[in-house]
Amino acid sequence: MQDVTYRRPATVQEASQLLKDNGPTARVLAGGTDIIVMARERRRDTRMFVDIKAIPELMQLSFSATEGLTVGAAVPCYRIYRDETVSRLYPCLLDSASLIGGTAIQGRASLGGNLCNAGPAGDSIPSMIALEGEAQIFGPNGWRTVKVEDFCTAPGRNVLDAGELLVSIKFPAPRPGSGARFLRFIPRNEMDIAVVNCATNLTLDGNTVTAARIAIGAVAPRPLFVPAAGAALVGRPLTDETIAAAANASRDAATPIDDMRGSVRQRKHLSYVLTERTIRDAARRARGEIVSHV
Amino acid sequence: MSSRIIIQATINGEPMEFLADERDSLLEALRERIGLTGSKEGCNNGNCGACAVILDGRLVNSCVVMAAELQGANITTVEGLANGGELIPLQTAFLEDAALQCGICTPGFLVASKALLDFNPNPSEYEIRYWLAGNLCRCTGYDKIIRAVQHAATQMRA
Repeated sequence: MQDVTYRRPATVQEASQLLKDNGPTARVLAGGTDIIVMARERRRDTRMFVDIKAIPELMQLSFSATEGLTVGAAVPCYRIYRDETVSRLYPCLLDSASLIGGTAIQGRASLGGNLCNAGPAGDSIPSMIALEGEAQIFGPNGWRTVKVEDFCTAPGRNVLDAGELLVSIKFPAPRPGSGARFLRFIPRNEMDIAVVNCATNLTLDGNTVTAARIAIGAVAPRPLFVPAAGAALVGRPLTDETIAAAANASRDAATPIDDMRGSVRQRKHLSYVLTERTIRDAARRARGEIVSHV
Repeated sequence: MSSRIIIQATINGEPMEFLADERDSLLEALRERIGLTGSKEGCNNGNCGACAVILDGRLVNSCVVMAAELQGANITTVEGLANGGELIPLQTAFLEDAALQCGICTPGFLVASKALLDFNPNPSEYEIRYWLAGNLCRCTGYDKIIRAVQHAATQMRA
């Protein structure tokens, strides 16, 4: 690894100052599962690690009925799936947190890091979009909020400006009658990068959909929020026809590339299939059924 | 130049103070600064699990942890599993069930399995396979490893 300085600020102000003073070669270190590898392989010029795990707001994991859920940007995945409240109220986050990497990766990797890396296939990002996540950002000009669907701008690029850091992601309390589900397609059982992934968050009144948010990943330069897919369901009963209309909207929105993981045709097809499956599972969860995250 | 840093941490139950380079990973610090060579370098990028250790109660790959992060941490490596000279049931089961061939992946599998049984003393075969998915073995085909973990779990519950 190249020579690197390690700093461990205690406040968001101190972290922001370090990032601002040291420029783009100062990298935020949360779980390190990507950033340490990139530094070691010299894929990114890295002169300083700014370890944010001593900052209380970055490690916060808390829920209240009025404030909803706050996930500090450095909270590792294992804390999410071992938290009883999060497991019960946000099973869609468990779907994601329990299949990112393997167990040893989940001991370190965070949803915030996954979001900041801005990989088109990031496995927590569709879930955070579907759950109406909002990124809380601190920087030289103070605080600002960006919706998760607007956070990634291109592969590996995000909205953070010089000196800014992602502090936490906030989610509203689940609406009564709502349920959400994330699924990923890979050609093996674990430890792979999504060919396509998808999350759906539905609210039902009887069998009528009153709200729906659907996001798909690995089919565009950034994780894709598909408002048209949700709009195909809202105000309508959940039937094979309305589900197919939503799934078609996802397939139409997908603009994937051909690569070693999948072809354009396969990814378009999977956008349809995973949208349909996540809608059906989200509806089951909305009705109080247990849909296991594995 | 990277500077030398002094790390105070508890390793395998023993409070330690050691000198590391600021750019050392936890794996490099264990192997090269402290002389604990049980943790292996396989891929050195977080994919193979050969360097797995338990850090403050959760399983991590030590190649993707910086040594500088360890101030005050509690770490268990494969060297810390046995009670004195006595192997724990997991280690005995790996020997009896021939759950290893070349042995490079074994420290990682032992540590990962220990973390699993600490968390879930009665895992199903599926849960064992899911938990160990981040540990790669190119010799055994995994079935013997899974059986060894099942045997150890049975013995430990007895």
